[in-house]
Amino acid sequence: MAVESLAGNVSETPATGQTVTLEVFRYRPEEETEPVYQAYEVPVHKDWVVLDALNHIKDHLDGTLSYRWSCRMGVCGSCGMMVNGDARLTCATFVESLLPGPIRVEPLENFPVVRDLVIEMTDFMEKLESVKPWIIRDEEKPLEDGEYLQTPAQLADFEQFSMCINCLLCYAACPVYGLEPGFTGPAVIALAQRYNLDSRDQGAGERNAVLDTDEGIWQCTLVGECSEVCPKDVDPAAAIQRYKVSSTLQWYRNLLMPWSSK
Amino acid sequence: MSANPQHTPYHPRWYRAPMPIFWWVRRWIHARFILRELTSIFVAGYALVYLLQLRALGMGPEAYGRFLELLQSPLSISLHGISLVFVMYHSITWFNLAPRALSLRLGGRRVPDKVIAGLNFAAWAGMSAALLWVTLTG
Amino acid sequence: MLSHDILIVGGGGAGLRAAIAVAETHPALNVAVVSKVYPMRSHTVSAEGGAAAVISPDDSLDDHAYDTISGGDWLPDQDAVEAFVKEAPRELLQMEHWGCPWSRQPDGSVAVRPFGGMKIERTWYASDKTGFHMLHTLFQTSLKYDPIQRYDEWFVTKLLVDDGRCQGVVAIDLATGRVQGIGAKAVIVCTGGCGKVFPFTTNANIKNGDGMALAYRAGVPLKDMEFVQYHPTGLPFTGILITEATRSEGGHLLNKDGYRYLQDYDLGTPEPRPVLRSMELGPRDRLSQAFVKEQEKGRTLQGPYGDYVNLDIRHLGEKIINSKLPFVRELCLKYENIDPVKELIPVRPVVHYMMGGIHTDIMGATPLAGLFAAGEAACVSINGANRLGSNSLTELLVFGARVGKAAAEYAARQKGNGTAVAAQAAEEVERIERQYRSGGGKGERMAEIRRGMHTAMESGAGIYRSHAALQKSAQEISNLQNRIQGIRLDDSSRTFNTELVAAIELSYMLDVAEAILASASQRTESRGSHQRTDYPDRDDDDFLAHSLAVRQPGAAPAIEYQPVTITRWPPGERVYGR
Repeated sequence: MAVESLAGNVSETPATGQTVTLEVFRYRPEEETEPVYQAYEVPVHKDWVVLDALNHIKDHLDGTLSYRWSCRMGVCGSCGMMVNGDARLTCATFVESLLPGPIRVEPLENFPVVRDLVIEMTDFMEKLESVKPWIIRDEEKPLEDGEYLQTPAQLADFEQFSMCINCLLCYAACPVYGLEPGFTGPAVIALAQRYNLDSRDQGAGERNAVLDTDEGIWQCTLVGECSEVCPKDVDPAAAIQRYKVSSTLQWYRNLLMPWSSK
Repeated sequence: MSANPQHTPYHPRWYRAPMPIFWWVRRWIHARFILRELTSIFVAGYALVYLLQLRALGMGPEAYGRFLELLQSPLSISLHGISLVFVMYHSITWFNLAPRALSLRLGGRRVPDKVIAGLNFAAWAGMSAALLWVTLTG
Repeated sequence: MLSHDILIVGGGGAGLRAAIAVAETHPALNVAVVSKVYPMRSHTVSAEGGAAAVISPDDSLDDHAYDTISGGDWLPDQDAVEAFVKEAPRELLQMEHWGCPWSRQPDGSVAVRPFGGMKIERTWYASDKTGFHMLHTLFQTSLKYDPIQRYDEWFVTKLLVDDGRCQGVVAIDLATGRVQGIGAKAVIVCTGGCGKVFPFTTNANIKNGDGMALAYRAGVPLKDMEFVQYHPTGLPFTGILITEATRSEGGHLLNKDGYRYLQDYDLGTPEPRPVLRSMELGPRDRLSQAFVKEQEKGRTLQGPYGDYVNLDIRHLGEKIINSKLPFVRELCLKYENIDPVKELIPVRPVVHYMMGGIHTDIMGATPLAGLFAAGEAACVSINGANRLGSNSLTELLVFGARVGKAAAEYAARQKGNGTAVAAQAAEEVERIERQYRSGGGKGERMAEIRRGMHTAMESGAGIYRSHAALQKSAQEISNLQNRIQGIRLDDSSRTFNTELVAAIELSYMLDVAEAILASASQRTESRGSHQRTDYPDRDDDDFLAHSLAVRQPGAAPAIEYQPVTITRWPPGERVYGR
């Protein structure tokens, strides 16, 4: 089992002899006020993803390049970047699919850039917390009484929205978020819906205060790009539209039958 | 040590890329979206024409006649032609998006997206046919 | 200096469970989670198959305990295992109440699946993304507790120890580069394992044994470090894990002749349906060892990334694969361009898990007052010489909760930090500051040192080990310890300096590697995942004991031994498939 490490998780791989140029967005706040693009010549290996090429740069060409990554299997959500203008997980984007290049790598759009390919994501973290993404119950059932029963069909109602890995590709792809940074945004609304639609949850009313607002669901103009770029098929656009429908129906219900509203 | 005079150590200095005015021409999907938004103007145009028509009808047969004449002018016909294209685009894109907003369950199974969109198109075709029948036979 | 009552290093499953335990049992205490990545990036996210706990009426706690102890080749401490299996169902139920989307039976109750080395179906699962769902459930639930504060993307460089107790840490705030001391009455290390000391691993880039090295440097022994788990089914090249659930759902391992070769290695006879504790549902150590034997017989296949065998799940059909193993299908399609519905999956053994770790007692306390540990970073020990699949997710809940309570009780009794702690912190801040300034591009590249470490670890501490290879590798690691002093750092900036962090991580890994090799070298027997070609038999007379590696600055670690706690299950033969 002679396997030598080259970059990150990746064992030595046959080089094809080709090379490709990566044009990488560089921003070093201690040295420059404006970003620049730096070109790196990287060997092409079959089976390499863009992240492997970045690791090659970091290990062998330029140790100053900064970016986030961790699992290299598309589930930790760290390595989202713009690749040739598209929001992608770099661990799931093959170099071969982008030949002959050059391949342009930039930080996710619509976020402030901390440095190089590292974006500032506190805004997302705060918005996530604001929709109370946890089970809310009027009354907790004691653990001694066992689990809340939930049929496979009830699970299927929200399962898709629970698949979000918080990779933020949907925010990078959403022009509404780019134009109106106050927008709650696709992933957070999808995650709120994940709890609203969970048969164990009773917190939809509390979340509604944040979601049924101008900066919540109503800011979405249904560009639909969030669902296109989502690597986990969460379909946040659907989550938002369905919320709009149920919120509208609720509004009419309150209007026509004011006595029925809580 | 810092080469950037505006940088203070330990204070992050984020770079914020400005959103260009023509951000929507860079990507086809965004251009398509803006186009869909623009079609609303034509939908509104249709509605306006219809309201004006009602107004003319209320003002008497003479005014209504003048209005119909105006509608038959080459300019009006070409404008209607353009509007038709945009309104078709509007309807088709919205019907295709309908499954996004509707999650229907029948007998424990989710109604497939194609069925939801298909029902919308079918209703559209049905209503158009009915209108056509009323127009041609009336 | 910043200050908290309890500081948790690491925001994965164990760290978050501990934080919630503190907030629930001692809401007056102020608890903070320091993590070098945002918590939802932690490696718990990659766990796939499930979490074990007794739930079926025909199952029993004793059965779970016996499976765990025999699976661990009688090295687990049996009092710890008994506590573990007893508290496991309650912890998983708690996860259900917090919203974890466990897969269900038609009547709405929680479903369980079989797993390797387990006699009865007791593995709770959330399709094949159990770790992902558990981590996100824990993280999102943690947001509702006000006493829990977070330091996201802060990297710990040192434990502050004064007056014989741990009183805080020094950490770098990555976004700004500021180095700061953070005082605490108790510190809990939940930093996970150290798979990245090996070249071919399922582990994420962040798994560098940080906490193990921090504790080791603070004088705390590392326990049972020679026990490294190779998972039998990783994708060649990337090392991406193909979950054991593929086999528990009925997948077969085939050699180049399409033959279910495990039948040749005392693991039972092939049946069309999966049989518990048999064949493909044997324990991981035995399956990985069988691969090497098969390789020696020339019956594996050759690929561009080394030898492999095939995992066949085609006969399960598209429906089962999509409902129970969707992530496996996604990973194969996305990363290997293979559709397991129609094609065979190439797999080979891959470094997956550290049975060893920071020496703790049954409550997660280390010998150093004020320092606690849980999860993969710790060694309680319930895993012994080989962990059973689906015990680790449960472990991080059970012992995360335990350690949270224990640390809270300890912290509630402590007064604040002494003055010496601030001085110590200032010294460490100065040391890191010097490292920033050392950047400038002379010396050896970090990647060279890393490559050397990988080569040494794979040749010395692989599935089969020998005295000569272990000695050679230990010497090589010692050389690398010297060489790392003069490495070249290009980056001298403070803002998000990932190069400096990687250099410190590499130094952590070398310390951990040193402990692994020394422990493996001293254990002249074969047990569980530790197989010596020169000592092929288990030796209960001399080695029914935990190894404790104690750091000796400038020399190889001293290895001490502590007897295994036996309560009700005297050591016996490990029997599978018979």
